[in-house]
Amino acid sequence: MSYRPGQRVRVEAREHQGHHRTPAYLKGKTGTVERVHAAFRNPETRAYGSDGLPEQPLYLVAFAQRDVWPDYGGHADDRLFVDVFEHWLQEAQ
Amino acid sequence: MQRSVHDRGGWPTDAAIDRSEHELADWELRTDALLGALARHDLMNVDQLRRGIESMPPDDYERASYYERWLFSIEARLAEAGVLAPGELDARLAR
Amino acid sequence: MSDHDHDHDHPPIADGDEPPAAARVRALEALLVEKGVISHEDVREGIDWLVSRTPADGARVVARAWVDPDYRERLLADGREAARELGVDPGPAPVLVAVENTERVHHMVVCTLCSCYPRGLLGPPPDWYKSLPYRSRAVSDPRGVLAEFGTTLDDDVELRVLDSTADIRYLVIPRRPEGTQDLTEDELAALVTRDAMIGVVAPAAPAAVGA
Repeated sequence: MSYRPGQRVRVEAREHQGHHRTPAYLKGKTGTVERVHAAFRNPETRAYGSDGLPEQPLYLVAFAQRDVWPDYGGHADDRLFVDVFEHWLQEAQ
Repeated sequence: MQRSVHDRGGWPTDAAIDRSEHELADWELRTDALLGALARHDLMNVDQLRRGIESMPPDDYERASYYERWLFSIEARLAEAGVLAPGELDARLAR
Repeated sequence: MSDHDHDHDHPPIADGDEPPAAARVRALEALLVEKGVISHEDVREGIDWLVSRTPADGARVVARAWVDPDYRERLLADGREAARELGVDPGPAPVLVAVENTERVHHMVVCTLCSCYPRGLLGPPPDWYKSLPYRSRAVSDPRGVLAEFGTTLDDDVELRVLDSTADIRYLVIPRRPEGTQDLTEDELAALVTRDAMIGVVAPAAPAAVGA
């Protein structure tokens, strides 16, 4: 596991042809690791008949809503929490 | 950023949320259980189910009901696995 | 073909209100059984599990957490184990995380990519949870979505939306309503609705239930 709770991480803004579970709205956004889950088989390869190994670490990452949506109309403290695989994350400032 | 038709977070919409509910029909329960049965026989996993659903033509995806999407994906997977021959299910229905 | 094939429930005769998919899946099941790929029992067992799942199970977990602080800690640490403690089958998802609403924090759950949902504790998800508008707006306009459900949060409450993108399933522990200190655990469980455990509404008030 490369990241720790409280660490700032950025979701990679890359195109991925084929099945993946990183939502478009999150790509390129920066959040904070909230929780370190276990490692899980990779759905991107399991979707095509592979066993999904090696397992990839999974994190619950928290984003300020105002950092995700330019026109966010809720409260300043509202947040969005998403499960993101380590191979979609980079260290951020 | 490109997005596929199933990737709906923040998709622009003015639609209100229709809160009416329906009890699952027999065929819907059957479709759901069919995936589980295929999974237990190592023929299809949930990631393949999702991948198949995501491969639907966008208009078909948006028009289809939830379990119609599942059925599309199950049929595609069974064809891919060579379990179902092309047209075999249609021929069966025409019987 | 064995006589055993006729031991299963017969599906209803084709019905004009059914979509083409209905006949299609029945024919598909028959074909697959004939080919020896699956059995009717496989499908029957799956259906039995699905129809056995109900939000009453999730409600029991929540009510126990409300009355028993040690259980609450165990639930927050490991949702699957805590559910099993009460005899509830948490289902196939490998991890269940319970998230607790407080005076300052309210949680709401969605699966923007499909329909991931803690079916073991809540039964099948309602159509609206799987709908395109919910999946779209729960992340980008959650307070607007809550308003559609008749829910307004106090000014100083932080709204946390969880998008279930992986194998973790999230269950909301709603706040215990005021005026419930004399209720039994069963009476408390009766206040906890499916929608409260998704996070779009608060639990029912005690006066609303029986009297």
